[in-house]
Formats: sequence, structure tokens, C-alpha cells
Amino acid sequence: MKRYLGIFVFLTVMFGVTSHAVQIEFHQFDSKEQEQLYLQLIAELRCVKCQNQNLAESNAELATDMRKKTYEMIKEGKSRADVVSYMTARYGDFVLYKPPFKTKTLLLWIGPPIFLLLSLFLLVKLIRKQGHEKSEALTESQRESVRAALDTKQPNQEK
Amino acid sequence: MSKKYFVPLIGFGALVALLLFGLSNDPKLIPSPFIGQPAPEFKLPKMYKPDETISVSDMKGEVWVLNLWASWCVSCRAEHKVLSRLIAEKKVPTVGLNYKDYGTEDYGDDALQWLATLGNPYTAVAVDTKGMAGIDWGVVGVPETFVIDKKGIVRYKFTGPVYPDAVDDILIPLIDKLRAEAG
Repeated sequence: MKRYLGIFVFLTVMFGVTSHAVQIEFHQFDSKEQEQLYLQLIAELRCVKCQNQNLAESNAELATDMRKKTYEMIKEGKSRADVVSYMTARYGDFVLYKPPFKTKTLLLWIGPPIFLLLSLFLLVKLIRKQGHEKSEALTESQRESVRAALDTKQPNQEK
Repeated sequence: MSKKYFVPLIGFGALVALLLFGLSNDPKLIPSPFIGQPAPEFKLPKMYKPDETISVSDMKGEVWVLNLWASWCVSCRAEHKVLSRLIAEKKVPTVGLNYKDYGTEDYGDDALQWLATLGNPYTAVAVDTKGMAGIDWGVVGVPETFVIDKKGIVRYKFTGPVYPDAVDDILIPLIDKLRAEAG
């Protein structure tokens, strides 16, 4: 609510106090449950016009209409499932921000965990491999040449 | 050089291919869940005869077209000529669903003016002032065009303004095919 108040103040300042362009929706509900359901639904349903916003956030006309429809259905005593099935029958699963779990969306749901497990598996494998890799001991002549190289390159440290 | 050094390159290539594929997809084209489903009913007043109504069931028995339009919609103006040609050529009954336009506070009778200027190709114009029939039909943005078969099943949805090639390559063959089907 605070956020909307902010927007309201902003718009009022921007377009003058007499502006009538600002529309605030007031809804009267029969019960607290209905109101909760409404707020929950408009947060979970996507505005299909402005695809990256939900109904609560969007100012698009279509979102206004879809909010209105949601409100009307809830006032009629329709359940959450009724509203969701009404919307998906018209706009497909796309209208839901939380898509249902079914064959078509299987990859969407189980893809990330599978990817995580696979990454962890590969990571563990890599770490183990590095631990087991034995470094070969240098021969005496190699040691000599290393010492020689270190001595000549850092003469200062000998002092 | 060991083959494993190519793995990141191949992975990167696959990612680029995936992103390119994503670019070519239009997110505005939401597949309509209505295809193959019975057309949603509406019963709305006619624009020219406000006492009479037009409903989806009135249209049963023949192949028909539903076109969602509004006078405030710029691309509807662009599509109007193309759509009129389709309607004249195929003599296909077409209901124009006037979406949130005629009778609204903002647009009044702009729609009447619009049709008077551009011509009225519609069999009937249904007035959906509140846009509720539009929602029933899953409107995202006008114009949208549906083809409904003899049994009242939605068979095709065209999102956006129909263009000449779409009429010749998609809509005309589809209407011919649907007309050949048993009613």
C-alpha cells in the first residue's frame, strides 16, 4: 500500500493536484478471506500485455480489466481454483507466474535442480582428481638447475 | 592439444545458438488455448441496431470470422483494407467485436465515423464497451482475428493486423478447408 501511495504522490506532483488521470481502485469485500484471495491472485497472475508485470503492478488497461474480472469472480463467491482455471482457459499457463507441474513444464521445474546436481558432481570429481594426482619427484640434476636459477635471479636476498 | 580444451568452446557455441533461437521468438505471440475449443459465448448489442443483439450461437452452422477492433487502434486501420478484401472475396460472415470503443467516455461514437470513412465490411458489429467479452476471448491487444468452423469450434487465431500474404496463404485456404468439412 505504501508503494501505491508513493506513486500517487508522485503522479499528483507531476501532473498537478487537479489531475483526474490518477485512478485508484477501491474494492469492497465481504470478508477478510476474500480480500486476501484477491490480493494473492493479482500478485500471482501475469499481465499478458506487459508481460513482466503481475496484475497488481501493471497499469495497462488489460490488467485493470483482468483485476476487475478477478474481483467480480471473488465477489460471486468463486474459489481460487475457479479464477485460475478461468484465466488459464483464456490465456494459457502463461498467465500464471507459477506454472503448474506437468509434462510440458517438466524441464522448467526439474531442470535447475538437475543442473545443480550435475555441477556439484563434476566439481567433486574435479577436486578429487586434483587431490589424487601425484607429483613426480625431481631428479637431482633438476634440483640443481632449479637452485641455480633461483640463486642467480634473486641475488639480493643472499645478503 | 587435448580435446577437453574444446569443451568450453562447444558449450559457448551451444549457448549462442540457444540465445539466437530465443531472439527469433516473439514473446507477444501467446498460443491461444482456444484452438480446438468451442467459441466462448457473448451476447452483445449491435452497433447500428442497439435494440438487437448478436451472439456467438447466432453464427452457428457456417464458417465465420471474428475480428476484434477499435477506432483507437492504429493497426486496425492498417488491417481494415486487407480484411475487407478477404470478406468480399470469400463472402465470409464476419462479426466485428468493437472492443472498449463505441459508447465509452473517451471515444463516444468515433467507431461510427471510422466505419463511415473506411467502409463497413462486417456482417454485424458487436459492441463490447466494457471489454468483458474481449477478456472471455482472451484478448491481449487488438486487432485479433479468429476463424470459427461450422460447429462453433475456434480453429485459428491471428494476432495483430492481418497482412495480404496471411490472407492468401493462411486464411483463404483455411476457410476453403473448413467449408468443405461437414457441419
